Amino acid sequence: MSATATGDGVRTAGFSAMFRRAPTWLQVAVILGVWLAVWAVLKGTDTLFLSGQSKNDLHDSLGDWKDGLIAGRDSNIWMQATAWIGDQITTVGTWLQELVSQPAFPRPVPQIGWLGVVAIAGWIGFALAGWRIALLVIASFLSFGVLGYWEDSLDTLLVTLLAVAIALAIGLPLAVLMAKSKRFTATLRPMLDTLQTMPSFNYLLPIFLFFGLGFPGVVVATVIYATPPVIRIAAHGLTSVSATTLEATDSLGQSRWQRLRRVELPMAKSTIIVGVNQTTMAALSMVVIGGFIDSPGLGQPVLAALTAQQTGDGFVAGVCIVILAIMLDRTTTAASEHGERVARAGGRNRTRHRLVVAGTGVAALVCVYFSRLYSGLAEFPNITWGDSLSNAVQSFADSFTSTFDTALTAVNEGVTEGVLNPLQDLLADSPWYVTGTAIVALVWVLSGVWPTVVTAACLGGMLAVGLWYDSMLTLAMTLVGTLIVMALALVLGVWMARRPRVDLVLRPILDAAQVMPPFVYLIPALLLFGFGRFTAILAGVVYAAPIAIKLVADGIQRVSATTVEAAEASGSTPWQVITKVQLPMARGNLLLAANQGLLYVLSMVVIGGLIGAQALGYASVLGFSQSEFFGKGLAAAICIVLMGIMLDRVARGAAARQTERAAATDRMLVKTPIPAAPTG
Amino acid sequence: MSRTGTRRLTACAGAALSVTLVLSACGGDIEESSAGSGDAADCEDLNLAVNPWVGMEASSYVVGQVAETQLGCTVNYRETKEELSWAGFGTGEVDVIIEDWGHPDLEKQYFAESGDSSAEDFGPNGNDGIIGWYVPPWLAEEYPDITNWENLNDYADEFATSESGGQGQFLGADPSYVQFDEAIVDNLNLDFKVVFSGSEAASIAAFQKAEENKEFLIGYFYEPQWLFAQVPLARVELPEYEEGCQEPASATDCDYPVTTLKKIVGTEWADSGDASVALVENFEWTNADQNAVGAMIAEEGMSPEDAADAWIEENQDMVDSWLAS
Repeated sequence: MSATATGDGVRTAGFSAMFRRAPTWLQVAVILGVWLAVWAVLKGTDTLFLSGQSKNDLHDSLGDWKDGLIAGRDSNIWMQATAWIGDQITTVGTWLQELVSQPAFPRPVPQIGWLGVVAIAGWIGFALAGWRIALLVIASFLSFGVLGYWEDSLDTLLVTLLAVAIALAIGLPLAVLMAKSKRFTATLRPMLDTLQTMPSFNYLLPIFLFFGLGFPGVVVATVIYATPPVIRIAAHGLTSVSATTLEATDSLGQSRWQRLRRVELPMAKSTIIVGVNQTTMAALSMVVIGGFIDSPGLGQPVLAALTAQQTGDGFVAGVCIVILAIMLDRTTTAASEHGERVARAGGRNRTRHRLVVAGTGVAALVCVYFSRLYSGLAEFPNITWGDSLSNAVQSFADSFTSTFDTALTAVNEGVTEGVLNPLQDLLADSPWYVTGTAIVALVWVLSGVWPTVVTAACLGGMLAVGLWYDSMLTLAMTLVGTLIVMALALVLGVWMARRPRVDLVLRPILDAAQVMPPFVYLIPALLLFGFGRFTAILAGVVYAAPIAIKLVADGIQRVSATTVEAAEASGSTPWQVITKVQLPMARGNLLLAANQGLLYVLSMVVIGGLIGAQALGYASVLGFSQSEFFGKGLAAAICIVLMGIMLDRVARGAAARQTERAAATDRMLVKTPIPAAPTG
Repeated sequence: MSRTGTRRLTACAGAALSVTLVLSACGGDIEESSAGSGDAADCEDLNLAVNPWVGMEASSYVVGQVAETQLGCTVNYRETKEELSWAGFGTGEVDVIIEDWGHPDLEKQYFAESGDSSAEDFGPNGNDGIIGWYVPPWLAEEYPDITNWENLNDYADEFATSESGGQGQFLGADPSYVQFDEAIVDNLNLDFKVVFSGSEAASIAAFQKAEENKEFLIGYFYEPQWLFAQVPLARVELPEYEEGCQEPASATDCDYPVTTLKKIVGTEWADSGDASVALVENFEWTNADQNAVGAMIAEEGMSPEDAADAWIEENQDMVDSWLAS
């Protein structure tokens, strides 16, 4: 007995030693092989399957908690506090609406008519960023009216700006604290990390509970969602102010407050504005998704178009969102450059600039004056271009889908049957303990100790809230989406990196695609492929591809030209240069691209619950939809957060490890950029 | 521009703007409405919930257009899911749910008997809600026995899709609808998997496509619904509904009961004596009426306002009966 046991022990020890020495790909292959073998035997047992409209005790008790909160609306101090905050937000929001977008009783029109609004907006654009931006702003505002979404577009803008104002009021002081105190940074950073891995959709359910529908809910959700970028980036800007400058100015004997106001903030200004830009774009995407909780603005027509499958209408509303996004992006970016230019210009030019600003301001006020008097200048003329565009898109879409129906169905079923279903079978139909062990083992091999611990904890959480099966379905969809994203990113990224002209053409398109709120992508995806998991995955791919492609291209472009030349001189073919030199040296960036791909696709797969993506996305939508299932929705939200954290840590861990190895073997440090969180 | 410069500029601009707003308070061709908004008996805001199915949209907009054009109310449409609408009574965001399909749990939470009494029952709206399992007409014609649940397993393979993992696919509906299909499938030992379409429009599109391409499809559907005018779906027979066969939900092994659709309103609004209260109280119409308006919206692509106006014009007598107090 004992001899055999020892023999086994030796053999096991021998195997584990061999396993540890084996190259990573072999380790992965062994784990997958064992997993497949076990799956073949045990599939379908202990999957913890919970059908769509059923729930467990935990979900019930979360639901009871919600009912208790609502029942205690008049006595619970928290509910009263949030109701008070909500009232204030509603007051400000309604006031803003009556100013520009909604009838201000007793007037049948807003306080300022469309002409006045356009004039004021153009003037603000001019004062902040020069005449080019002024033209862009005026053209954007006019297009909202021409497309027939004047009020909705203005409402979206109002809610976004209101939320950004609050976000900056909260975020900038926190950024200063973060720049000043290491301890504060240490407490705040994990919170920011968590907030930034969370899909925007996830904020809505808990916030709706406390703040309700409309203005309060959406403003609070947006503030929470949009504040982290500005905190992060502004703090980074403040800490990068050069030490020499600080010493020089300190020697003049300034107080800390003076130092902050006169030196640090002005010097970090351009970085801070980058933060403001990021916050604004994040806010816009959240306000659009806020259509779910009755946010005023463009989210509602998009949502209505999605549920009614009126693709044409959704498209037009989507165009307005895109215009809004480009306008906000360009204006915030140009404002920082413009400010510096004006500041640098000499005294006389400055005076002249002020005179021009004042003069155009008076002209804008004249427009406001007349827009208050005449209904033709107050209510935007009823132009039906939007309807024509909508009809044209709808009929194009209808003929396109009916012509290519067979091909589109084939693509859909090919991916679903060929990749998604097998992966889903393996992940979800293995007993939970088998899948769990396999994932933990894979992470151990690929990413190291710390990510393994995080992964185990996150998987444990999914298990605990009772949505293991759904989590595995969502994981399968996310992985398949990310695979497609990476394939695209490799092809296009390499192409861009090797052909400057391709880069020149593609990069602006990718930049523009990146400012778009994710919600917009659901419309064309649904149009082409109908409801289902593949549609959600496809929308996720489109949403995640731009950042991934750019990361890959940047990584390859950073490989030194000398190295590439050396390889070419030694007779390597272009294929060999790409696969043996450029890609391996850029692997840090490749993994970061995968990281971003995972998080972006995840956030989209969740929103996809709306268009038949099932699993966690479905449970989230269900949580909004039926009070009985609130608890299940909340549990799904928890799983999504855990999944985000898990995927993020795993990919980052793998990236760090690869970068270490790359540094050790290639003696060339690939500089890894700070990963940005998805804005969706 | 320096910081103080910016601040001064903002202050100047703000002051100039407010002076302009005050200066232009009168003159021009914009007429301010006098307080009380017109001659009709004090009607103020009316907040109508619009939940995500066309039938309800039709009912809400007909009531809304009558209130707006004939009573002079300011009507707001709240496009949300059912649950959010109920929560809106307490905060005054929603006044009326014109078509409720029965939510015992919500009633417990918001009615006076056991809840916070923010909502109350305003009686039936005249529509009968029929929920059930349906197949496209060609299928019922070709395979008549398919309309009985006992034969469904024979066809399970035909119903399979890439979404249903080897079993037959049963098309579930919008997540906000109360559905017992998973339990029914389970308890009747049917070899089917429920896959949720996500929205009413997605289900309609699926049924239309199935009829057009002669595909197998079975799913959750309901009347009143305008689609029946275009594609007369055939109902699949399930074990008949009996009192208690849906208790608990997971043990459901029977068909859905016929529901008398009713109006649910906010208590505060109902007690306000607003002119629109009587209108909502008297509102009642048939399934055919609703289908007519629904078809105009969904099939002919009319805006809900226009569709409602067109119907109102044809049926002013019925409208008058709602307005009579």
